[in-house]
Order: sequence, then C-alpha cells, then structure tokens
Amino acid sequence: MARTAVSRRLTWRAAELREVRGETSSAHSLIFEVPGWPGHLPGQHVDVRLTAEDGYSTERSYSIASAFTDHHDLVELTVQRIPDGEVSPYLVDVLQPGMRVELRGPVGGWFVWRPADTAPVLLVAGGSGVVPLMAMIRARAQASVRVPFRLVYSTRTPEDVLYADELRRRALEDRGLDVTIVYTRRVPDGHGRPPGRLTAADLAEWGWPPDFEPAVFVCGPTGFVEAAADLLIDAGHEPARIKTERFGGTDA
Amino acid sequence: MLDYVDGSSLAGPMRELFAVDVTAVEGRCAACGLTGPIAALHVYGHDHGPGLVGRCPGCDEIVLRLVRTPTDAWLDVRGAVSLRFSL
Amino acid sequence: MGIVSPGFSGRRQTSGPKLPPGQYLTQDFPVLSAGPTPRVALDSWEFAVITETGERHTWSWAELQELPAEEFTVDIHCVTKWSKLGTRWRGVAIETLLEDVETAADFTLAHSYGGYTTNVPLDDLLDGQAWIAYEFEGEPLAPEHGGPARLVVPHLYFWKSAKWVRGLQLLLEDEPGFWETAGYHDYGDPWREQRYQGD
Repeated sequence: MARTAVSRRLTWRAAELREVRGETSSAHSLIFEVPGWPGHLPGQHVDVRLTAEDGYSTERSYSIASAFTDHHDLVELTVQRIPDGEVSPYLVDVLQPGMRVELRGPVGGWFVWRPADTAPVLLVAGGSGVVPLMAMIRARAQASVRVPFRLVYSTRTPEDVLYADELRRRALEDRGLDVTIVYTRRVPDGHGRPPGRLTAADLAEWGWPPDFEPAVFVCGPTGFVEAAADLLIDAGHEPARIKTERFGGTDA
Repeated sequence: MLDYVDGSSLAGPMRELFAVDVTAVEGRCAACGLTGPIAALHVYGHDHGPGLVGRCPGCDEIVLRLVRTPTDAWLDVRGAVSLRFSL
Repeated sequence: MGIVSPGFSGRRQTSGPKLPPGQYLTQDFPVLSAGPTPRVALDSWEFAVITETGERHTWSWAELQELPAEEFTVDIHCVTKWSKLGTRWRGVAIETLLEDVETAADFTLAHSYGGYTTNVPLDDLLDGQAWIAYEFEGEPLAPEHGGPARLVVPHLYFWKSAKWVRGLQLLLEDEPGFWETAGYHDYGDPWREQRYQGD
C-alpha cells in the first residue's frame, strides 16, 4: 500500500482543497491534493491543522474516506459541521477549492482493514462513524477482492445518510457487499423497521453470526460504540475480533 | 457522559515523537495485567484538555499520559509493564 | 509558522482588564477530564486533612455542612485558555478547616476521589483565597464539575482547583501533583502565564 517503507517521524504537509462534495446539509466531503502523499490504509486518519494570521493554530483528527490509489495524491475527508466547533465550521463553510490547510498523516495502524485479509467483515457505523468504514468499502472494490462485507449503518434520519447514492449503487454493484441502514429518529416512507436505536435483533439479522468469525469494525460516537460493542459481545463475538473507534460526543 | 475516545487518537501525537506507529503496539497494564494494543486504551482529554490520558479498558488505571507544550512533549508510560513492538 | 488559512481566526483571545494574557472568554463551563467521573455517595464521602506528622482530621458530609459556609463570586481561568467571569459558589473556606490543625508545613497536596492530585503552597489556600465548594450558581455542584465537593483556588489556573476533592496533605517539601509531573507549572499563576514548567 504505502509507497515507501522508510519510517520517519511525521511532519505537516501542505494540502490544497481541490473539490467539495455536499453529502448532507451539515457534512461535506473535501478532496485534498497532498503532494508526495505516501499512501494509506482504509481506517487510518489524519490530523488537520489550521493557522490564523496571528500565528494561532489548532488541530483536529479526521478519518480518511477515500481508498488510496497509486496514480494520484488525493485524500478525501468527510467533515460533519459541529455547530459550536472551532475547526469543522471553517472546513465545511469557509474553505474553498484552491485554499490550503496543513495535514499530518496517515496515522493509526490498528483500526485498519487490509485487502489481503480473508475473514468476512462486519462494519457497524453510528452517524459520521461511517467515514473510515466507507474507506474500507471503497478499498475492497478497488482491490477487486471478494471478501464478504456487511455494513450496518445507524443514523438519525434519511437526510443524515452520508454517501447515500454511492451506498445504494455499491449495494447493487459490488458483489458480496450488503448495506443496511438503521434509522434512529425517522424512517423513509415504506421502510419496514420503525425508528429506534440499534438492537441485538438488527445485528443478528443484518450482521454476521459469531461462528463465521468475522472481523468487526465499529465506529461512531462513544456512547454508540459502547452500546454496539456490548451487543456484539453478548451475541458471542470474540472481543479480540472487534475493533472500535470512538470519536467522543454524544450524538447517535 | 462517556467522555473518552480510543487509543487510535494517540496515533498522530505519538507519530510526532516516534518513527513507528505506537497504537498497534501491544502493551501490558501494570495494574491488572491486561494486554492489548495501545489503540484499545480509553483516552481522556482528547477534547483539548491539559493532556492526553490513556487508561486501561479493563481496570481504568492510567497506562500512559502525553502532554504537549509549545517546546516539549512529556510522555509518562508508568502504567505499562512493557510495550511489545513487532519488528 | 504554518500555512495561514485565510479567514480562520479560531477561538479568539479577547482582551480586557479581567482577562489574563492568552485567555478567551467563555459563557459555558467546559468539562475537561482525565478519567471517568467518580460518583461519590454523600454518606460515604469524607474529607481529610493530614499533617506532616501523619495526624488526620476528618469531616463527614454532614459535618462539612455544619461548618460556616461562605458565598463567593470569582473569575476562573483554565490553562486550556478559557476564562469564565463572575462564577458564584458556596463552600467552606480552607482556613475554617485548618483552625484546629497544628502544622509547620509550607506546601499542600490536594487529593481527589479518582486519584487526581495537585500541589498548592499553603499560603495560597489561606486568607479567603480558597474553599471546599459544594454549590455552583445556587445548585449542588454537579459530578462533572467536581461534585459533591471541589477545591476552588481562583487565583491560580483552574487545574489547581481539584475536582472531587477528598483531602489535603500538609507537607514540608513541595511535591508535584498529576499535571505538574507531566510538564505543567508548579505554581500556575494565570497573570504571569505560568502554564508549563519553565514559564
């Protein structure tokens, strides 16, 4: 995956915003060009640093949404605007193509999926926790591997679904990928399951049984991850096969 | 309120100090003996506290602390018996 | 300095006579944590003063409530750069607790439920400068803000105001606490911007 095996301490790189894709009313996918990008694995994240004119600077972590390809230096992040946040409102509302930020990464070598892995994969997302899991789905398609993937994605309403069109398309076209969306507040017309939090029954119906020994990746707000991991362990999944990524906050 | 995140969030701040990814390294908790990757620690203070505090997911004891000042990084790993790096 | 992001100003520091250098004003009350929030039941809560000779003076929750309490309104300054002005508290002044305590100590180490510690010179806790507070803005102090009771030493950075306080150890020699052993300043005067060791 990585272009170079040389490891060294990470430094900040300039990243120029090339393209913005609106995902929902509060989330945008930002595609940055990062010259010399060393490549990344799906599930890894980057730190983004903003600096004001007087030298004040601050940084935040964001999961990478894109799969890495050798022929370009593009990195896609999906950023959800947090209303009283310091960084996300700037990234979503102010930053325009052609403008630059600094980026450090990729980082994180544990919450990653490698296309050479052969175990079936269960992805469990809460809200914008779908971002690194989307990178895994995209990397799977790009590597043309047939490892069966199931995504169970919990979000509030149909309007909050990130990558809605792409997920719909991939569920039809990517063989071996199943996508289930669980709505917690409001469901689309004609949807069978009433709104509500993710349950053991949802995971039993749409996930993999424990004896398939799937690799499980759970990502979302801390409360969601805690609840989902408990359901999976209660259902008999081996804790060592459940990898979690909590990003704090309270929304689910 | 569950005010912590996973040890994966230490990846960026640690890669500023070390040439390898420390979050995939396996550590052993000095308090309860649980072993697991640094990525599985519960990290407090991510939301701009004075520093990052990584606690054992088994017993909540402190495994490591990281404070970044404008000029130095202070790393305290007193709660880890060992860190096992695969080479 | 890195690449400047045009139009980014961040949480700006605001200046004013009541704001120490480098601070910004906030209306809310941020919660910073180094661990799980301890839940301390009032019937098992205890506050202890331990002298340099090992002598223990303890108060139960009911005994603390019987001590003369003071209302005080103070500005607080967190080392993470937020300041909050005019916060209203109720609690017992430290000198009230130390009235019958004999000591030659110059230093103290505050201990908290959950294991947190912080050091403060004894002189900085006396003469109406510090309290064990159990009410904030007229309400019982919430657990996330250090309830049932926390130390409040408003003239120092707020990490010195130990949440979930359970005792005060009186010491002849200064002993750094939780953040002070990890790079933070031993004294922590916000007006002299003593954030880190060496400041």
